[in-house]
Amino acid sequence: MAGATTLMTRSAKRQVGKTRATTESKFVRGMLIGVTVLFLGLFLFMPLAVVFATALQKGIATYFASLNEHDALAAIRLTLITAAIAVPLNLIFGVAAAWAVAKFEFIGKSLLITLIDLPFSVSPVVSGLIYVLIFGLQGLLGPWLARHDIKIIFAVPGIVLATTFVTFPFVARELIPLIQAQGSEEEEAALTLGAGGWQTFFRVTLPNIKWGLLYGVILCNARAMGEFGAVSVVSGHIRGLTNTIPLHVEILYNEYQFVAAFAVASLLALLALLTLVLKTAVEWRSHQQLAENEPNWSTAIA
Amino acid sequence: MTIRFKQRSILPGFGLTLGFTILYLSLIVLIPLSATFLKASSLTWAQFWHTVSSPRAVASYRLSFGASFIGAFINLIFGLVVAWVLVRYSFPGRRLLDAMVDLPFALPTAVAGIALTTIYSKNGWVGRYLDSLGIKGAYSPLGVVIALTFIGLPFVVRTVQPVLEDLERETEEAAASLGATRWQTFRRVVLPAILPALLTGFALAFARALGEYGSVVFISGNMPMHTEITPLLIITKLEQYDYAGATAIAVVMLLISFALLLGINLLQKWSAERLTMGRGEPQEPQALASAELTLQES
Repeated sequence: MAGATTLMTRSAKRQVGKTRATTESKFVRGMLIGVTVLFLGLFLFMPLAVVFATALQKGIATYFASLNEHDALAAIRLTLITAAIAVPLNLIFGVAAAWAVAKFEFIGKSLLITLIDLPFSVSPVVSGLIYVLIFGLQGLLGPWLARHDIKIIFAVPGIVLATTFVTFPFVARELIPLIQAQGSEEEEAALTLGAGGWQTFFRVTLPNIKWGLLYGVILCNARAMGEFGAVSVVSGHIRGLTNTIPLHVEILYNEYQFVAAFAVASLLALLALLTLVLKTAVEWRSHQQLAENEPNWSTAIA
Repeated sequence: MTIRFKQRSILPGFGLTLGFTILYLSLIVLIPLSATFLKASSLTWAQFWHTVSSPRAVASYRLSFGASFIGAFINLIFGLVVAWVLVRYSFPGRRLLDAMVDLPFALPTAVAGIALTTIYSKNGWVGRYLDSLGIKGAYSPLGVVIALTFIGLPFVVRTVQPVLEDLERETEEAAASLGATRWQTFRRVVLPAILPALLTGFALAFARALGEYGSVVFISGNMPMHTEITPLLIITKLEQYDYAGATAIAVVMLLISFALLLGINLLQKWSAERLTMGRGEPQEPQALASAELTLQES
């Protein structure tokens, strides 16, 4: 027993002292754990392993050469620019929407929440298509845009728009339940004590929601940098100009440059791993905050 | 008392935040989405029907629905096992597995697509064994199922996990002390409690798989009538400058996603009710919100 205590988790602790009839036999346990390891190994670890194995197949020099190449660098730059526009936009929207939805009661609130979630249920391909139907040459605004020589589709603005659409709900849907659960007592106290609206937001609300906010931003950013379907419809695939990292991976792969394709893909895989690490850390941190953060208004306002 | 649009509150910023929310939502989501329906309305009903019921389109629906269903079903079974193992057992590496479950959310679909294709193609790590059994992994409907299983993996695990964690162990003890075997307890006590969450996870995985594009295009081989999913058919039509055809099929997909969204919302409501019913103290956001309301009114 003593040796096991160090490994014991919350759920394990609850099991201690329970009779046999409320747990499974050792055999069943072993089998279920085996199935889990096998299933996750096959579907999660193997794809990740194959990315790095193929990328490094021809050595580390080839790996870096495939990354340090004109079109690859242009793709990386475009992906960073796109995320740098789409993520802050959705961040501001997410905070505003969460404030309106979680702090106030009004008619049509649940409809609004459903509409905010809408982009998640739309196929990425359709998400791209809707912008082509508006801004494309055949689209509603197409002729007008062409006359004024403004390019949106097959250009950077279209890519940013499509990315903004697919990452639209991330921050809002993290924050709404969080702010709802926290209630408004602290803000009301701050306002009664004479704080202004913005002051209350920055000194009371923001510190309370910062981990949830960060969580939403991390997920939003991962999707923004990795989006493929929607961006593929609006990008036009012009090498060095309108290719994001995922589109560049596709081109290399279809040209049978497998090592280069996987080398560039490994950047996205690293981003995914980093996202998971940050996400786990934030989850851990926000649990801690939740545990220790029973109302302590005095420090928040002082 | 007259009905008013908004309940009274001393908090500021309602007009600003709601106004901005609705403006931004309209610009990015609502107006572009309605443009699709506007464009589709320029087709006559006969043209529309001809496009969406063509044999090639029907074959793509069959593959998209069938493969999504199988993928979501695989996730239903294995997702339950994974959630159970992660919540109830402790073993070395549990936390790592738990964190890794979200990989399909974090890994860009194109990367997943080329990785899975490499694994399941004829010379791949798994594909070579399938090949010796005469089974084609990549470039077949099976490949589509594999990709869609990967994409939907986190949903069932992540919806079932919190419900399992919150489950009162006392009910299981009661069942056991009344003479139920472990399997009976699971089937009659645990399963009914987690069923709504399980179905919600299944529906979410199914909905996600239906629209998936990036991971599937690489592994499917994209043969019309055989391994062509519906989102790919939209892209094909776009590349042939058949905007009307692409829009017609997009409208069908949109309507299906809206129906699924509605179904998922109902499932989640059922799930939340189930959860509060079993407990003494109500913990749902609605309950909190109404408590908050009474506070504001007084």
